Amino acid sequence: MYVRAHTWWTILRIALEERLVYRGDFALGTLMRFLPIITQIFLWWAIFESIGGGSAEKVEIANFTFPDMVAYYLLTMVGRAFSSMPGLASGVARQIRDGEIKKFLIQPVDMVGFLMLSRIAHKLAYYSVATLPFALVFYLCRGYFSAGWPDPLTLAAFIASLILGFLLGFFLETSIGLIGFWFLEVSSLLFVYMLFSFFLSGHMFPLDMLPEPWNLLVDLLPLKYLAYFPAAVFLGKVSQDELMLQLGIQVAWILFFIFLSRYLWKRGVRRYSGFGG
Amino acid sequence: MSEQQPVLIRVFLTFARNSLVREMTFRTNFFIQCVASISWTLMNLGFYLIIFHHLNHKPLADGSGWQQNEFFVFLATTWIVFSIVQAFFMPNVQEFSELIRTGNLDFVLLKPIDTQFLISFAKVDWSALVNFVMGILLLTVGVWRLTTQSNNPLLLNPANVLLYWFYVACGVTILYSLMISLAATSIWLGRNQSLYDFWFYITNFSRYPMEIYARSWGWSLWGLFTFVIPILIVVNVPARILARPLRPEGPWLGLSLSGFTILATFACLVISRRVFTLALQSYRSASS
Repeated sequence: MYVRAHTWWTILRIALEERLVYRGDFALGTLMRFLPIITQIFLWWAIFESIGGGSAEKVEIANFTFPDMVAYYLLTMVGRAFSSMPGLASGVARQIRDGEIKKFLIQPVDMVGFLMLSRIAHKLAYYSVATLPFALVFYLCRGYFSAGWPDPLTLAAFIASLILGFLLGFFLETSIGLIGFWFLEVSSLLFVYMLFSFFLSGHMFPLDMLPEPWNLLVDLLPLKYLAYFPAAVFLGKVSQDELMLQLGIQVAWILFFIFLSRYLWKRGVRRYSGFGG
Repeated sequence: MSEQQPVLIRVFLTFARNSLVREMTFRTNFFIQCVASISWTLMNLGFYLIIFHHLNHKPLADGSGWQQNEFFVFLATTWIVFSIVQAFFMPNVQEFSELIRTGNLDFVLLKPIDTQFLISFAKVDWSALVNFVMGILLLTVGVWRLTTQSNNPLLLNPANVLLYWFYVACGVTILYSLMISLAATSIWLGRNQSLYDFWFYITNFSRYPMEIYARSWGWSLWGLFTFVIPILIVVNVPARILARPLRPEGPWLGLSLSGFTILATFACLVISRRVFTLALQSYRSASS
């Protein structure tokens, strides 16, 4: 038991150090990622003003006021910081293709666990560097959070939704990557997934804005938990009784993808054949 | 030794043909890339359809005249301009940073042809042109609806259409100049992945009607992206000339902004050429 914990700890530490090499570039890149928010602010400002006939105040689109809308975009950035997994699925697929995956078949290390730890390290390193730019931007935009801090229960649910978002994103993308056992090249599949996830996770706009049949469809997909849900929780758009239900559904989705990734791994390894060293 | 200058257009046509042959070798890949591009544009369109659904016949910005059909023309212009840049310049400029980093730029410098030409046109990404087709389709729909609507229809004359394409070309030139200047800086910086991202984030500002910036501190953005880095006029000017969101259009745009666009295009081209040659002078080969 101790040995195993030690192994995991070492993996985590190495991955963390590896990630912190380019911290300057990291922080700058994070700050730049907020630039599109500026255009979003002005776009929505203009839209709300147009609807209000010259004044953006007291105008609501799908229950969002103008400050809500900007706060929403900022919060989805936080949600994505937890749930997005750059390079995970493509990395898994590449390892399958290259045969690098062999090492997990020989060594007593579980591949999904290993990936998970390196991803946690990746995220921790990211937060340690990105917190500063995030804090700066949120401070500058504090005026858009017109309701102030939410109550402790909502805040706890927000944090829970972020962590669950991380798990969901991780197991979802790992599952996609593991499809590589069957297809070898999953980059186009991945592109389609990314496209849909950008649109349907709520990264592009609050999902409440979707008209009739579409909002029901989106409700049935797991993608909304990656960006929309944490932001909606923070802004108090999810009622207290619905909150627990939604978190429950999110956990169910995570369990589904955990089992799916395990299953794909088992079946995939059976199919897999590696040659050479 | 004869000092014969190669005919640039013929060289370019050869490049274009080679790229097409290459792309046709991997036809499925080409097809998938086209489908991916189309889905991207459709989502883009979907986003604005949702916005206009909520706007309920009001313009995108108060008093600007950018209603749904006018905005279709705007969005189509965005696709057209950016697809041209994507198809002809993006793959080359991406390659340029790589050439500098690996030292392979030596081989380009040795060729008896203008270096900037060779760097800028060596490859064509044909699959990106599918967005051009999408743009033309949306443009047709937008213009068709504008000219046939019963309330204040758009009167289209051939001069406008010609001017539209002229200003599209200006927009492409401005974007190209910005791109090659940014890429040239990688000679000084070694590698500039962030600068490349920077290009994306900066050009993002140009994808919206300039009226949305016409409020409080948005004016400073408007000034910056019109006069210092003139990317706001890239899409706005041609789209405005064709769709004429405010009918009758005020005279100020007609003359001053379109005149300024010509000036800005020229200035961008000259400056980027200067930056490029200046950067080349400080190139030290990376390999032996």
